[in-house]
Amino acid sequence: MTIFSVNGERREVDAPETHPLLWVLRERLGLTGTKFGCGIGQCGACTVLVDGQPQRSCQTTVAAAEGTEVTTIEGVTADGLSSVQLAWIEEQVPQCGYCQSGQIMSATALLAARPNPTDEDIDQFMSGNICRCGAYIAIRRAIHRAAEIEGGRIADDNPASGERADR
Amino acid sequence: MSTKGANLKSDWHLIGSSMRKIEGLAKSTGRAVYTDDVTFPGMLHGKILRSPHPHARIVAIDTSRAEQLDGVQAVITGRDLPIQYGIIPWTPDEYPLCVDRVRYIGDGVAAVAAVDEDTANEALALIEVEYEELPAFFDPHDAERADGSTPYVHDARKDGWNGNITKMVKLEFGDIEGGMDSADVVVEGDYFFEGTTHAPIEPHCAIGQWDGVGKLTVWSATQVPHYLHRELARVLELDQAQVRVRQPLVGGAFGGKSEPFDLEFCVAKLAMMTGRPVKILYTREEVFYSHRGRHPFHMHYRTGATADGRLTSVDAKILLDGGAYASFGLVTTYYSGQLLCAPYDMPAYRFDSTRVYTNKPACGPKRGHGSVQPRFAFEVQIDKLAEHVELDPIEFRRRNFIGEHTKTVNELRVTSNGFLECLSSVEAASGWSEKFRNMPFGRGIGIAGSTYISGTNYPIYPNEMPQSAVQMQIDRSGRVAVFSGASEIGQGCDSVVAYIAAEELGVPLEWVRVLRGDTDFTPVDLGAYSSRVTFMLGNAAIDAATRLKKLVQSSVAKAWDVKPSEVLLAGGAALWAHDTGRQMSIVEAFHLAEAEHGTLGATGWYNTPKDVHGEYRGGTIGASPAYSFTSHVAEVEVDIDTGFVDVKKIWIAHDCGRALNPVLVEGQMEGSAYMGAAEAIMEEHVFKDGDHGRAGLHNAPSLLDYRIPTSLDTPELQSLIVESIDPEGPYGAKEAGEGPLHPSIPAIANAIYDAIGVRMDRLPFTPPNVWRAIQRAREAGTLAKPSAPANATANPPLSETVQAD
Repeated sequence: MTIFSVNGERREVDAPETHPLLWVLRERLGLTGTKFGCGIGQCGACTVLVDGQPQRSCQTTVAAAEGTEVTTIEGVTADGLSSVQLAWIEEQVPQCGYCQSGQIMSATALLAARPNPTDEDIDQFMSGNICRCGAYIAIRRAIHRAAEIEGGRIADDNPASGERADR
Repeated sequence: MSTKGANLKSDWHLIGSSMRKIEGLAKSTGRAVYTDDVTFPGMLHGKILRSPHPHARIVAIDTSRAEQLDGVQAVITGRDLPIQYGIIPWTPDEYPLCVDRVRYIGDGVAAVAAVDEDTANEALALIEVEYEELPAFFDPHDAERADGSTPYVHDARKDGWNGNITKMVKLEFGDIEGGMDSADVVVEGDYFFEGTTHAPIEPHCAIGQWDGVGKLTVWSATQVPHYLHRELARVLELDQAQVRVRQPLVGGAFGGKSEPFDLEFCVAKLAMMTGRPVKILYTREEVFYSHRGRHPFHMHYRTGATADGRLTSVDAKILLDGGAYASFGLVTTYYSGQLLCAPYDMPAYRFDSTRVYTNKPACGPKRGHGSVQPRFAFEVQIDKLAEHVELDPIEFRRRNFIGEHTKTVNELRVTSNGFLECLSSVEAASGWSEKFRNMPFGRGIGIAGSTYISGTNYPIYPNEMPQSAVQMQIDRSGRVAVFSGASEIGQGCDSVVAYIAAEELGVPLEWVRVLRGDTDFTPVDLGAYSSRVTFMLGNAAIDAATRLKKLVQSSVAKAWDVKPSEVLLAGGAALWAHDTGRQMSIVEAFHLAEAEHGTLGATGWYNTPKDVHGEYRGGTIGASPAYSFTSHVAEVEVDIDTGFVDVKKIWIAHDCGRALNPVLVEGQMEGSAYMGAAEAIMEEHVFKDGDHGRAGLHNAPSLLDYRIPTSLDTPELQSLIVESIDPEGPYGAKEAGEGPLHPSIPAIANAIYDAIGVRMDRLPFTPPNVWRAIQRAREAGTLAKPSAPANATANPPLSETVQAD
């Protein structure tokens, strides 16, 4: 039995020790926002935060998660949308969208460590998350925007609306 | 307000603005549902056993031990599904599981369904297959030369034929040799384009469900639900009415999910046998084996031009390495030649293309199907010609501009054409005139151009029905439901229909609901391939929306006693054009219309022109309702000590007709240029040669070893949208998803030449390949900045034949 916290809730999971955290999240806990892409920690689609640090959940055993606080895309903010998510929507980052949960988790960790990252910081930090649609330019733009939202320099707006506030 | 031919942006409220993608929220919160996110109670997990041999006869398969394993519910082999399929109706050469012969390492031979994945994997290990190994073909030249002394990859269709040949196409337009004779310069060269694969981050996944009384439902990460529907029915021997295909959001495809795959037939059969839902999710390794990616091309080009820089004749001979199955290969073979005849005018053109089978994973369509490889060779040829006639390569391209509303030498009808503006856009934005031949040694800049289709005039299976359709209905709250069978693979087609419904019916965008991806309730759209969706689906959506709009306009006009054409629908209201103070809410307007005309619903459709193509065999292939045009400038820095090419920036100018949503268009332009740059500098889909590992084994079936660019490797990209307003396109739009890939590769090759004077005629431009070319140039004493061209009138060189390196 592994006991850990997922998105602020205590969870007990009865799974073999070597079972990847990714499949525990997806299949046991129904948190399907975290994606399988390669299974060897190379694409970043399965990125979650473990005690605030970005980790490849396909390469994290459930045993290694014992006692930790795991955050997935579903729990990236307590309610509403995080500034990263708002920026992602506003900058229209997702194309196919499959890698974006992982991208958002990494971007969240980056901004926690560096509230005002440079382009170089972003490219370095995000290099473990592959976007095959090639949306890296939009990702960079969105991270800068999230930093501005977080810093109170620009207001967010209603993401349910179709028409954008600005561009 | 007309929907076609109107050129003023101000005609529209939403079209042309940066509206949100309708699924952006779901995709940013983890709520978007992809196929592997779908589960059912009692669902079984399937796995496919794959061949360890590149070419072998299956002598016997014993599945009895696997069947007896606790937790295994069913085991199937090729004999359970003995009907061949293939995306092209004339070349069905695949079985869901191999029946008597395997043709590449990774070919499927058996499948199991078990209570969980581990049990399924355990069961695979218990299946005993007896193989009789056969000699294999890996090199396409060997396959082409084969004499039948060892078994061909596929049996010859006629005695005496080479069974390794999938397709041969020879087409000739104009006087080739006369054109060469009249040329002042003829450049001749060999080029090689290495194979690459799509590598979408979502692996293929499918779920089969059988209701026990005759209805099969298959969920799949496919780009072609309609073709999958047809092939499932055929192979499983069901009526099409018994089959329902559902398509959740697709996590990237790029051409790699545009035909049926073994897993879709296997989940269906296993579900029918067990009565339980069955899911198969490919491992990443299986995605590489399934492939259908870019064909390796061996190309030889001979290109003539006059001293003042006009093309006189183009002659191409191409060998396509097709891998084990036909896939789209018949079309690829045609596309390898047919799509080269714009944006430049060429008085004479010939291509002679042969696709052969080899014992490797099958090649197919990847973004820019069949035309990316010849475009690389041809745009490098043009760069060489421009240098020989001492012309700036942009000027050379301008001089050969084919024009708009014209025909190509192979009789393709070209409508709008913004290529000249593309050239001047990248020329200005990149600072071309200051940089070309003028930067320090090691730093260079290069140009290339291209064209691509906006869908094909002829569908894959012959029929006269519409290529795309939508159904729209309006409910009493004013919400618009759009039923769309188009395949949302990330390009934004669900958003496009929503934009159009909102634009035409005057409702806020968030009032439009797109119901999609289900062959039981959405009209047919043929699929997300050949850059057809925005063009065809967009026209279908305009058709449906304007039918509804007319009903609403007529009812409001009657109430106000004005002409229907004077009633505008915009911003959630109906307004009188002559005095917009006179208005009513759009919901009120819809109620008036429903009271008068009955429930508000309409279908709309689009079919392609069928009367514009060449009157020769193959003349319909490459015929498109409209062509996009692109030009890129790439800037590179080459490290001559390591051969490392750093692509600094790509300026991308693309004529997309009209940008319905500029942000979506820029996303496609950047994604295409990224993917092209990736193929140029990194990607190699290659196999072990037998000296280093088992012959025919995939060299790198993982995202560790098959290197694709990360944020650190991706060049700066600048999108420059060019709008030529096409008369056929929806609001004038053309494609944007594939065209902007093409010029990346030759622009980088030409930039490398500008940087260090070394021609890269073989892809990819990885450090080992570039370093070897540098060493050769060093030995030949040609490693130097090339000299700048004189002007157009300065001493043209005498007639000569130049052998390219």
